[in-house]
Amino acid sequence: MEWMAWTLPTAIFFLSIGALLIGMGLLHMKYPSTPRVGVLGIETMRGDRLFISLLSSAFINLAWIGLLDAPQYGALIICGLFAIFVFRWV
Amino acid sequence: MEKTVNQRAWLLVLPVLVLVAFSSIIPMMTVVNYSFQDSFGENIFFWVGLEWYQELLRSERLWDALGRQLLFSFIILMIEIPLGILVALSMPKKGISASICLVLMSLPLLIPYNVVGTIWQVFGRADIGLLGRILSDLGISYNYSQNAFDAWVTVIIMDVWHWTSLVALLAYAGLRSIPKPYYQAAMIDQASRWSVFRYIELPKMRGVLMIAILLRFMDSFMIYTEPFVLTGGGPGNATTFLSIDLVKMALGQFDLGPAAAFSLMYFLVILLISYVFYTVMITIDKDEAKQ
Repeated sequence: MEWMAWTLPTAIFFLSIGALLIGMGLLHMKYPSTPRVGVLGIETMRGDRLFISLLSSAFINLAWIGLLDAPQYGALIICGLFAIFVFRWV
Repeated sequence: MEKTVNQRAWLLVLPVLVLVAFSSIIPMMTVVNYSFQDSFGENIFFWVGLEWYQELLRSERLWDALGRQLLFSFIILMIEIPLGILVALSMPKKGISASICLVLMSLPLLIPYNVVGTIWQVFGRADIGLLGRILSDLGISYNYSQNAFDAWVTVIIMDVWHWTSLVALLAYAGLRSIPKPYYQAAMIDQASRWSVFRYIELPKMRGVLMIAILLRFMDSFMIYTEPFVLTGGGPGNATTFLSIDLVKMALGQFDLGPAAAFSLMYFLVILLISYVFYTVMITIDKDEAKQ
């Protein structure tokens, strides 16, 4: 595993993503998600909304890094708020 | 009748998951790890945080390469999609001529990417190449290795030559699947050729054209071998597209950290575009199923 150059922050990041995926999978087995059409006008399930949230979070973080010199947790707060928006209205 | 719910079926996905893990997920995790570190070789890494991302996002190099890449993809889509449809419309509908045409159309697709680059490299040379020689004999100044415009034109024509037949074959398949009664109804209504195309053929080809656009966009967005063999990214950086720039950074300069950050951002853009196309295609399929 040494060749993968693991660090604690990246390990925590991947563990969080893994836990999120497993959690969502279990949630889907227990309470299957039903498709709905939100503000984007496309049919989405819970998994789609998670994917949109994660992908958007990556771009929000990149935009934050590229445009601002502020601490990165600011971007994480925006990502959290955006994920709430996506799960509620998309 | 009560349906049986058996979640054990998920175990059948396990082999694919293992395969994807080793071919994609583990290499991707390694790239993420590299992107936050610096290395001078011998598997020794130093944590640098977001430095590579900051450096790249604020450098002209990335944005210039992205701009060139988007321009290239836009131009080839603008040429290959209409041209492919036109070729498909002109192809024979049945008989031996249709079979010959299909085989001939498939030929460019069977040629390996590096061979395509080499063919056009020789073809365009003013001293020994047919194209270069004819153009210079006609008094047209053409040198793809020194003139940026000539390099762009050559790379675009090379891509059009290589890939238009894919669009044509897909469009042809779409055209052949249109039931005859549509054409009969159009004939009864005395519809013009344009109306038949606009209101019957084009809507019926929508699905395959979306696939063609998606395939051509993704492939052109990740293009590497042909322009690398033809121009090496030059003259200057004129044809240095994203993947060429990435390889220069990773292998030429051995900047593993910045190259890892670069490839992750590249991947995210491709993922976003793929998702948008996928969503559009699914929506079209659902709309067609409803009709």
